Amino acid sequence: MSTTSVKEHWDIEITPQNNLLDLKLKDVWHYRDLLVLLVRRDFVSFYKQTIFGPLWFFVQPVITILMYTIVFGGLAGIPTDGIPKPLFYLAGTIIWNYFADCLTKTSTVFKDNAAMLGKVYFPRLIMPLSIVLSNLIRFAVQLVLFIAMLLFYWFKGVTIAPNLYVLLFPFIVLLIAAQGLGFGMIISAVTTKYRDLTFVVSFGVPLAMYATTVIYPLSEVASKYHNYSWLIKYNPITELIETFRYGFLGKGGFDWQLFSYSAVVTFVILLIGTVIFNKVEKNFVDTI
Amino acid sequence: MSKAIKVENLSKAYQLGDFGTGTISRDIERFWARMRGKEDPFLKIGETNDRTQKGSSDVVWSLKDINFELEQGDAVGIIGRNGAGKSTLLKVLSRVTFPTTGSVKVKGRIASLLEVGTGFHPELTGRENIFLNGAILGMRKAEIKRKFDEIVDFSGVERYVDTPVKRYSSGMYVRLAFAVAAHLESEIMIIDEVLAVGDAEFQKKCLGKIGEVSQGEGRTVLFVSHNMATIQKICKRAILLKNGKLMQIDETNKVIDQYVSEKQDIISEYNFEPPADNGVGYVTKISILDDEDNFAGEIFMGKPWKVTIHFRILTSVSNFIIALGMQNLYELPIRTTWSIPQSYSPGYYTATFTEDQIYFTTGRYKLVIGLSIGKHSIQHIDKDVHLNISDIVEHMDESVITSDGIFLNNMNVVIENIN
Repeated sequence: MSTTSVKEHWDIEITPQNNLLDLKLKDVWHYRDLLVLLVRRDFVSFYKQTIFGPLWFFVQPVITILMYTIVFGGLAGIPTDGIPKPLFYLAGTIIWNYFADCLTKTSTVFKDNAAMLGKVYFPRLIMPLSIVLSNLIRFAVQLVLFIAMLLFYWFKGVTIAPNLYVLLFPFIVLLIAAQGLGFGMIISAVTTKYRDLTFVVSFGVPLAMYATTVIYPLSEVASKYHNYSWLIKYNPITELIETFRYGFLGKGGFDWQLFSYSAVVTFVILLIGTVIFNKVEKNFVDTI
Repeated sequence: MSKAIKVENLSKAYQLGDFGTGTISRDIERFWARMRGKEDPFLKIGETNDRTQKGSSDVVWSLKDINFELEQGDAVGIIGRNGAGKSTLLKVLSRVTFPTTGSVKVKGRIASLLEVGTGFHPELTGRENIFLNGAILGMRKAEIKRKFDEIVDFSGVERYVDTPVKRYSSGMYVRLAFAVAAHLESEIMIIDEVLAVGDAEFQKKCLGKIGEVSQGEGRTVLFVSHNMATIQKICKRAILLKNGKLMQIDETNKVIDQYVSEKQDIISEYNFEPPADNGVGYVTKISILDDEDNFAGEIFMGKPWKVTIHFRILTSVSNFIIALGMQNLYELPIRTTWSIPQSYSPGYYTATFTEDQIYFTTGRYKLVIGLSIGKHSIQHIDKDVHLNISDIVEHMDESVITSDGIFLNNMNVVIENIN
């Protein structure tokens, strides 16, 4: 065989190390149909063999806010900035649920799909992306519920004053998704080898909701626990929920600094998540 | 011809044992070593992967320094005993896991079939699963749409295509899954032993499809199987792995010869201690030989074989008979042969039974040996003696490749025109 100095072209090179910041987006783009089909799978299999079908997407938030209204609004008497209680809780709940669902589902993505990921290659990022998108559909359905309830109260004569900050809504969704994804990827990567964090997630996420302004307004914390209110304030989700409520309902407040802070934190978490995820995706099959 | 795959110094280490509280301290040590630019302290003492021996470290090299190149259009079989690294090699090539050192370079797309029906969702219908599974394997939606009818046709489940696959029989499930994979348009196909599923007819169909893919369409095929006959049929070349190392890459028949000669776990000679309560005679040794009088742990399918029984006579006997019986794995007697009743004086003898009339299909058969005087049994051996008919044929002959039934011999077929 003659040794040619011509550098040969190879389509795929499999090496032990890869660029940690390379998201292989080109690969992901090629597999975009898979992404769509996975989202469809999640959506369809969710209500297969049920009578109410997609209606179940409404049931969960409706019952949740019913409970909140009775327990936190009625029994505990936590004020809600003058917003009708169900509307107030629903606004917080749908945002929080989107975050929590993205996080918990992403955090077990390797474990849940080990059988599939162990047998065939496709860009691993597809899996968490499909989770974020699946939950986005659920979120959108619940948003419809929220708008419907908003209109209901508006026709009843409750003063609801949506303002220009509504336009920030797409960014809020993006930031929530990115945060859920970022945290989820960090946890998923660690749990491929050490399962300890899964326990933290299972009891930590529901508890973390109480450190976010889902069932109480930020103003209430500031007045009651002035010295510790920064804990709630600097929770990167808090300002996103507050902005959402302010934009749609006109109550509460908006703070550019806090909002930018949330955005920066989100970006950092997503970055760390991506790097760790990229590092782990290559060999998790051996340890999971 | 141009190269399709180039594997250079490929190694893959696995950590044995359980992951627990102890693992984290080691991870920290490892991280610290890497921070200082030193070699991973736990990889240095890697050993070859011989699972029968207890090693001193808990890191094993499942693959060690593998080098080879494949041309475009090659159909290559990968053979080796369990644990030789076959599956690991396929996993690395299909990018499911990554090598510890070394690299693989590939031209074109790879489709790997390490399992059929990856990602099938039981709640979804056959139709939905075809799309999902196709997409997982790297097909675009338009591509699947174009081939949809072909896929359904190949699988033979038209009637159930809109039924959730959880209601499928396992056979239908596998048929549908393989059909999707068989219609991938990739330059390289990696296939693990997925064909050990489905009925004989469908297996044949799958094999035909794989042969078509490699020979007809000029695609590169890498194929792992324990079934040598299949490898011989499909692959021109083969790779032999042993304990994670590449032993040989050559023409299929040569590699298989090497592989067979290395099989140490099959015995061809059995020795017997004299029984305590026997004053007439007893068997001392039984050997299984091929038609060239070599000790043979395995007999090639379709070749004659012999059993030589060494026995000792202690007192003069008449009407002495040696019998050889053969049973299948379910201990069902297949055939029995006797020697002619005869008189013997004390001494050592051998009796050789030659089978050159009937050819048995591949499998493990039990041999039963009996010594008797008339109908009075003296010794009966019905344990531990086995004859192995391998699934390898020496000369490829289409009529030999069948594993249905017990006998390979063809019947006489006469066809007459009766118009």
